[in-house]
Amino acid sequence: MRHAVLALLADEPAHGYEIKRGLEERFGTVIAPLNAGQVYTTLQRLQRDELVTDDAVAQRGRPDKRVYRLTEAGREALHEWLGAPSAPTRLRDDFFMKLVLAHGMGLADPAELIARQRAAYLRSLGELERVLAAGGADGTTALVVEGAALHLEADLKWLDRCEEELTR
Amino acid sequence: MTPVIEARGLGKVHGSGEAEVVALRDVDLDLDHGEFLAVTGPSGCGKSTLLNLLGGLDRPTTGEISLHGERIDDAGEARRARLRRSELGYVFQFFNLIDNLTVADNVELPALLAGVPTREARRRAARLLERLGLAETAGRVPGSLSGGQQQRVAIARALVNRPSVLLADEPTGNLDSAAAREVVSVLRERSEEGQAIVLVTHDLRVASAAHRVLRMRDGAVVGEADLEGEAASGEALSRVLPLEG
Repeated sequence: MRHAVLALLADEPAHGYEIKRGLEERFGTVIAPLNAGQVYTTLQRLQRDELVTDDAVAQRGRPDKRVYRLTEAGREALHEWLGAPSAPTRLRDDFFMKLVLAHGMGLADPAELIARQRAAYLRSLGELERVLAAGGADGTTALVVEGAALHLEADLKWLDRCEEELTR
Repeated sequence: MTPVIEARGLGKVHGSGEAEVVALRDVDLDLDHGEFLAVTGPSGCGKSTLLNLLGGLDRPTTGEISLHGERIDDAGEARRARLRRSELGYVFQFFNLIDNLTVADNVELPALLAGVPTREARRRAARLLERLGLAETAGRVPGSLSGGQQQRVAIARALVNRPSVLLADEPTGNLDSAAAREVVSVLRERSEEGQAIVLVTHDLRVASAAHRVLRMRDGAVVGEADLEGEAASGEALSRVLPLEG
């Protein structure tokens, strides 16, 4: 979220609420609803790290409004982030932990864990496919849903491999 | 309630002696009323063989199949032909529509062949085309439609005799992803209207539309996933992209 907030400040200074709204407009339905607290916490940390600074704007009959803007260091941090490749997505480590521990310590039947996990992935895949079929996602939203669906397909293939290795 | 289809110990062996190939071994399957079942697995796993046995296109080497509680695997040719015509609807990867007939005539044809009076056949075809969003294509020839539309026409044709079960073998195999979604949506809608469906596909994105997914390998069913078990979260989208601190 840090870099997304920096990006929203790249063009012009904004106050916390404008940043929250900007994030919601761009990512709308694909991110969990934001609460204002998250955005303000992020802004405070960015300010502590001297990547943003704020000016107080007087408001009639109300406390001053804080308008945030990028510092030079903040702009550098933003461009460094944009220019660097992101780390590849890794496995869902929580399930892998369960599987290894269930298998190695006899705590649970790996075949049952895999079957339940497969059903959960298929249900998620079905939900995403229905969103795409209903035209509920367009432009960048459709791309992110497509990405999530492709990841689920890979996860499902990987479960097949786990099953071959661990349940014979 | 008696399942629509009940199969017990189904097996299919091709050839004999040294050349014997086991295509299907000991498959049990129940299909409930209104259930949408997907069968998945790699090519050669036996999923199409299973569908062909359920649909009476082929005879099992071992085991029994019942439709509404009545054995059909041992039926004679005449009864099998009648079942294929009126109790079982088929959709394949290739649409197999008749190119010099209109869309409406294509859909009507199986009803006429089953002895349904012309007016009734026409009425049924028009209604199905309407429901499948194809009303405007009724007077056109299949070749002038998109792939997704042609497959929907093929589904309408398969449903015109009000089959107990719709059997679909890789119905999206020849379609791009948008057209595949069109076809899957139509199948899902039909199942919501109470149509029992068995869908064979290697594509898990297609299979994920079903209520239940069977996985096959080397001629046997090796797993089953119930996709209706837990209520869908309805938050599919909002969990796609976690924003971290």
